Amino acid sequence: MNFTFSVEGGDFTNAGAASSHVKKMMKQLGVDNGIIKRTVVALYEAEVNIVAHAYNGQIVVDIEEDKIYIKLEDEGPGIPDISQAMQKGYSTASPKVREMGFGAGMGLPNMKANADILNVVSEVNKGTVVEITNFFNAQ
Amino acid sequence: MEEFHHALKFKYELCIGCSHCTGVCPTAAIHVQNGKPILDPNRCIDCGRCYLSCPVNAIYIDQDDFKTIYNYKYPVLLVPSFFSAQFQERISNKAILSAFYHLGFKKVYEVERSVNLLKEKYNEMNENEDTDKPIISSFCPAIVRLIQVKYPSLVSNISRIKPPLDLTALFIKKSLTNEGIPSEDIGIFYVTPCAAKIAAIKSPVGEDKSVIDGVINMNYMYNKVLRTIKQGEYKLVEDEDDFHTLSNESILFALTTGEVRLLDRGRNLAIDEVHNVSDFLEKLENEDIDNIDFLELRACDESCAGGILCAGNRFLIAERQRKRVTKNKPIVQTDQMSDYVDYLNENMTVGPVLPRSMDKLDDDISIAMRKMKKSFEINAHLPQVDCRICGYQTCKELANAIVNQNADLNQCVFIQRTLEQSDKLTTTEAIKVTKKVWGDKKIDKNTLKNLNLE
Ligand SMILES: Nc1ncnc2c1ncn2[C@@H]1O[C@H](COP(=O)(O)OP(=O)(O)OP(=O)(O)O)[C@@H](O)[C@H]1O
Ligand code: SF4
Ligand SMILES: [Mg+2]
Repeated sequence: MNFTFSVEGGDFTNAGAASSHVKKMMKQLGVDNGIIKRTVVALYEAEVNIVAHAYNGQIVVDIEEDKIYIKLEDEGPGIPDISQAMQKGYSTASPKVREMGFGAGMGLPNMKANADILNVVSEVNKGTVVEITNFFNAQ
Repeated sequence: MEEFHHALKFKYELCIGCSHCTGVCPTAAIHVQNGKPILDPNRCIDCGRCYLSCPVNAIYIDQDDFKTIYNYKYPVLLVPSFFSAQFQERISNKAILSAFYHLGFKKVYEVERSVNLLKEKYNEMNENEDTDKPIISSFCPAIVRLIQVKYPSLVSNISRIKPPLDLTALFIKKSLTNEGIPSEDIGIFYVTPCAAKIAAIKSPVGEDKSVIDGVINMNYMYNKVLRTIKQGEYKLVEDEDDFHTLSNESILFALTTGEVRLLDRGRNLAIDEVHNVSDFLEKLENEDIDNIDFLELRACDESCAGGILCAGNRFLIAERQRKRVTKNKPIVQTDQMSDYVDYLNENMTVGPVLPRSMDKLDDDISIAMRKMKKSFEINAHLPQVDCRICGYQTCKELANAIVNQNADLNQCVFIQRTLEQSDKLTTTEAIKVTKKVWGDKKIDKNTLKNLNLE
């Protein structure tokens, strides 16, 4: 089954709505706690990146019996150099965003560490697509 | 899975099926069927909100028969320091202690005596780089169970340090046997402010067996002591012994911020009342909250001063307890406990707390998946008023009960009413009619959109 959330750029107070929902559903399915935790961390970071860096976005969550697939698609500035952005500590966040406690440059590396499959594609001045897949029977 | 022990019990003959308890439960553990409450033992955390909400006193807290103290040659009493704060100031500690002796106890100790030992342990733990942060206090047993059932991913954050009750009980047992009193003659009785402590004693988490031999409810003990004092038949003790000699930190321990104040460094937070705690843990699980070292979480508003078995108003009890600090003379006593520091330190920790998630719809994930879809589908037709007339806490709980074959869609009064108005209608048609009133936007609650159940 799948469902969609929308995310508003700049709306920090609502960042985390999708990960909260996903967490509740995975609990109902009885997915391993460690896998729930990983998924929530990865999705939360990706949500916050849309809020912090893009204008608006859509999140599609597809839950199957054996895996969860999440696609976050935004309209925004895009990422010019993805491998640079994936590095720990790399951030282009403005001082304003840093004031909110974001901008440590740890989001994408955290996503990588907490996703079984992470895929990022981006087009400058258009937007970014982040895909996260986690399997339920890992380990 | 071993069942939880629950001290909360229903008097079914008194229950009027009003569902107040259903409404206040933080884990949705109670539903009403045929006008009677049904408790899910795997969800209940013994926080006692239901007990407080019941308008007809149909919920009671099971306690041990007081007479069992006479089964021991040397019954001793362990009483929370705020026990005395239930009484008006004019009732002296000497009188209270005398009443305890009159009732048959050979010795009386305040639970928080061991708090002095804990201070160092708490700071060590908080400054240890290897512990999962934030550390969550294990002091309130209702909170430990809340985490086990509702926030299972946080169980590894729960502190392994024993609460003062267990340490003081260990000290009593050890010191009295060292004094030559045979172990089997000693009966340790604890006066409890809540159902959660009873449950924790009867089925301890992370431990095999408790050192406590019996539990007496605080309101019961309050009545017994007050009556003894009022009847004046007791013999007044000459001095208070070491009954009322606690440090300021020990006196404040069971009140809100009592643990946080022990910590010298870090970001440490105190939150009381179970729904407040729930909100916070929900956020914590979503990773919205960073850089917190220690969480003092208590199920009762005003912490143990608000224990459901305390006699009197929680704010007054807390205020009297704080006042005790201002009157407290710094004690230069050679606390007998200091001889047992090594022994207690060796026995300071308990085993890990294990998760016991309550949300799972089925053990088999594909069945759980099917049930979840079905439940979403049903819930989309329900009005989301959460009126509880169906017997469940929320429309969503009813939907889950329907998919588990424990309830019927017709239990929803809104759907039922439409069906009644036209006996020619089928349930599906009735849903259509209710949609005319309620719209079909309900599923949009919480930004969840475009649900596709394929
Ligand atoms: N959705 C996005 N749209 C545009 N740029 C992005 C997006 N996601 C990430 N970036 C760019 O990649 C950089 C690194 O992202 P990352 O999440 O690792 O760090 P951050 O968001 O800057 O800081 P942190 O996540 O630690 O708070 C960002 O500074 C930003 O320039
Ligand atoms: S806060 Fe204190 S009185 Fe209330 S449930 Fe927890 S331990 Fe018991
Ligand atoms: Mg980021």
